[in-house]
Amino acid sequence: MTRCRAAKAGSPFVAGIKNTIFRMKKYRFSYLFILPFLLIFITFTLVPVIIAISYSLTKFNMLQPPTFIWFENYRQLFLFDPLFLTAIKNTFLFAVITGPASYFLCLVLAWFLNDFSSKFRSILTLLFYAPTLANVFFVWQLIFNSDAYGLLNSYLLKLGVIAQPVQWLTDVRYIIPVLIFILLWASLGTSFLVLIAGFQNVDRTLYEAAAVDGVKNRWQELWFITLPYMRPQLRFAAVMSITGSFGIGPTIDILCGNPSTNYVAWTIMNHLNDYGGVRMEMGYACTIAAFLFIVMVSVNKFFQNLLSKVGQ
Amino acid sequence: MNQSTVLKRYHIRIKKAKVNRSHAGNFLVLLLVIGLGVFVALPFVYAVGNAFKPLSELWLFPPLLFPRKPVLTNFLDLFGLLQNSWVPISRYLFNTILITVVGTAGQVIFASMCAYPLAKHPFPGSKFIFRLIFLSLMFGGAVTGIPSYLIMVKLRWIDTYWAVIIPAMGSTFGLYLMKQFMEQINDSMLEAAKIDGAGEWKTFWWIVMAQVKPAWLTLIVFSVQGLWNASPGTIIYSEQLKTFPYAVSQIVAGGIARAGVGSAMTVVMMTVPIIVFIFTQSNIIETMTSSGVKE
Repeated sequence: MTRCRAAKAGSPFVAGIKNTIFRMKKYRFSYLFILPFLLIFITFTLVPVIIAISYSLTKFNMLQPPTFIWFENYRQLFLFDPLFLTAIKNTFLFAVITGPASYFLCLVLAWFLNDFSSKFRSILTLLFYAPTLANVFFVWQLIFNSDAYGLLNSYLLKLGVIAQPVQWLTDVRYIIPVLIFILLWASLGTSFLVLIAGFQNVDRTLYEAAAVDGVKNRWQELWFITLPYMRPQLRFAAVMSITGSFGIGPTIDILCGNPSTNYVAWTIMNHLNDYGGVRMEMGYACTIAAFLFIVMVSVNKFFQNLLSKVGQ
Repeated sequence: MNQSTVLKRYHIRIKKAKVNRSHAGNFLVLLLVIGLGVFVALPFVYAVGNAFKPLSELWLFPPLLFPRKPVLTNFLDLFGLLQNSWVPISRYLFNTILITVVGTAGQVIFASMCAYPLAKHPFPGSKFIFRLIFLSLMFGGAVTGIPSYLIMVKLRWIDTYWAVIIPAMGSTFGLYLMKQFMEQINDSMLEAAKIDGAGEWKTFWWIVMAQVKPAWLTLIVFSVQGLWNASPGTIIYSEQLKTFPYAVSQIVAGGIARAGVGSAMTVVMMTVPIIVFIFTQSNIIETMTSSGVKE
């Protein structure tokens, strides 16, 4: 105690350092505990981000050592790469659909399910989450198949709505709407489970108290009681939804082929994999990755701030 | 038939404890949920139906949703096809099981070990590390994929199991869930263990891990789900090391001749994660309850 006070009198900075060293010694086992995970985290999450940002300023093809070229890649990307602009447009379009739209769908469904008995709710949770559990996108290929035997085409032909089979997944007019439809189907992911849990977690007595206080219907109850109470879950679900919505490139490959007709469904992820996985222009690929990093983190931060205002 | 008899007939009980609910509203909600449920279920029904169709029913016009005479031929053909492939299918299955088991065990153990101090010990740097981990949830694999590939080239891990297993162990999503769940553990219990002479490792392994069973079950489910479906085309190219989902996609890509077998295989593939989820659902929901982002 006296030593502590003496140190404080001397310099708060020194005291702070001494305190830190003391706590580091006291919790030395903690560092051992976090070490294995942290090593993997640093190697495959932290360092990759640093690589993406630093290599984005170089020209690197994996055969020759990287050469530093300042912002040439970025200039190329935004001014002379029309395909990238298509990719940005599509990525944001799909991100809006599978991000906010799906988030809203998750929220509404979780809210609905919360009123059912627990058994029925479990069954419905399984059903709505099933598309995330099992990757059965290929079934959609059968449904939207381009010949007359495709499920949708055959029924539409039989009903006389169309005269000849529609090329759902290759005709530039239909690719985007069909993709949006399928992506929405598969978009009830982790955030859905988080929101289900959030609704269940709300203190039941609050509802009765609210009824006494004059809350009249389920909408008022949702806005004034439920949502503010589950703000932490709302925020976590948003992170899951937004992050997921930017990574849908591979799904599009499965459904429409890579590349899709005239690149109409091309996304930033496709562009990234094209340069990084096929052309091996790693400097350029890292530029795309760095751009994606900045966009994803800013969009996430923006929605975190927005959601912290719910019910206030 | 009025609305409440419909509800009663199908044993759908709307919670009584809830106030502020109109019957019309309940009915509308039920209709919407059923409508959406049918839409979500349709592709699954179609896939399962196809798997049980004999060849003569697969290419009828218009296609059937359900088979008229369900048969097991497709599953038997699948077996035959698997035995005759160049690399035996048991090898693909072995690869997937190995990757799934080792990766999942590592993820659960390492993530729990890391989550415990982050949740319970205010060691210097803990807040900073956790902030980094939360930040990583905001970008994920989309950004790190290509740079990770470069790292694996340097480590000479390309075309080895490690390239799939080790990154999977470092899933920050699992760590985040585990840490949030561990914060609920009562501190007095940990102190009691310490007074009884249990070291840090013993406390962690016998006290903490017993308390967070829902969380590690959840981590297992998510890890299995990811690894069971993993088809890492760019980092593994030897045929002997490729995974089961890859074999599935190859068979499905066989086109018309394999339509029935492809469906049978898809059914086999999707059964595993669905069954696992059924048994763990309540634990997962419990874990998700604590997952919220605190202010």
